[in-house]
Amino acid sequence: MTLGRSRALLTVIGVTALWLFAASSLSNAAPPDATQIVIKDFMFGPNSLTIKAGSTVTWVNKDDEPHSVVSDTGLFRSGAVDTNETFSYKFDKPGTYHFTCAIHPRMVGTIIVQ
Amino acid sequence: MSDQPSLHSRRGALKCMAYGGAGTLFMLAGGVFTPVDLAMAADNKSGAARLGKPLFVQISDTHIGFNKDANPDVNGTLTRTIDLMNGMAEQPALIIHTGDITHLSKPAEFDLAQQMLSRMRTTELHTVPGEHDTTDPTVTEYFNRFGKASDNKGYYSFDHAGVHFVALINVLQFKPGGLGTLGPEQLAWLAADLKGRSASTPLVVFAHMPLWTIYEPWGWGTGDSDQLMDQLRRFGSVTVLNGHIHQIVQKVEGNITFHTARSTAYPQPTAGEGAGPAPLKVPADQLPKMLGVTSVFVVKHPSSLALNDTTIA
Repeated sequence: MTLGRSRALLTVIGVTALWLFAASSLSNAAPPDATQIVIKDFMFGPNSLTIKAGSTVTWVNKDDEPHSVVSDTGLFRSGAVDTNETFSYKFDKPGTYHFTCAIHPRMVGTIIVQ
Repeated sequence: MSDQPSLHSRRGALKCMAYGGAGTLFMLAGGVFTPVDLAMAADNKSGAARLGKPLFVQISDTHIGFNKDANPDVNGTLTRTIDLMNGMAEQPALIIHTGDITHLSKPAEFDLAQQMLSRMRTTELHTVPGEHDTTDPTVTEYFNRFGKASDNKGYYSFDHAGVHFVALINVLQFKPGGLGTLGPEQLAWLAADLKGRSASTPLVVFAHMPLWTIYEPWGWGTGDSDQLMDQLRRFGSVTVLNGHIHQIVQKVEGNITFHTARSTAYPQPTAGEGAGPAPLKVPADQLPKMLGVTSVFVVKHPSSLALNDTTIA
């Protein structure tokens, strides 16, 4: 588990997950990184992400309010992620992983690892 | 509105819960608020003398560590708040902090908060954590400093001046997608704690997140609070205090009076205004009017409590 501020942490895009970003990529010059989840306006975007085993997901907080990323099963827990900070976690095993923001528990998301 | 205590026209009184710039004072008798004074803040001596003995002051959501536009100087506004409290003609017996002491649960934030709070003339401080105090990965920073009263459970009770105080924690055990949670273990403890207590014992129950549903889409409530209310309903005078939403919201239900306090750090939007409960940026000259504390006084009879909201403006 690492908490870093660098985009260098981001890993190679999972090709199978690219379709998830098809809609948003239309308005962006650079293709978005499929292993990134942007926290904005009290939402995880996307709130469901499919990746390959071994991929690292990075959450970046774009709100003025801190958020956190906490696994329902206790697998990972970020601590407070303040504005423009990131949290990353590497998913080694296939499965479905639900997570929430412990500061705003209405915020939920899912990582599907294939 | 009269500046003398009045127990009449309660319906009218409830309509008058305006957020007066200098604070609105409510007398609580039989579980019903009645406003008795405005402009308490500037007229502490005469106001407080009429009211009786200050029982405690509630301070909330100090968010030490916050540095965004909504208030780049949360240390300064907390200092002004403490000055206000220290300036009260008669000091309250104790202080209650209803959580979000820090913004990011960092050790340095807790250390600074403790250092600042130690300047209060009233030294007896009772706390509950907010979700901002329990975001560290191991959830230990708060409990290392404030866990002793509750044996690190987060909930505890104590008595003062004939009033039974109950501190509850509702910021752990979040159900994903849901509201705050008390949990069966805490509710069972409370049942044992209240068992055998006379219904005439005044209760003050405090937690960080509202113990009644104010706005579910933003998580402004506690999912299993109905089980709490079942336990409180038999008591003749119950005051339920919360923070979390950085603004005053009140409700009276039978003998139970609910009240959420202002923050000392920054205001938040009213329910549903915007994407979520983000810090609300207001013009600098407006900010002090939106920050403050709640004072609770014992009025004559021990079962009578009066609440007064004071801004730092």
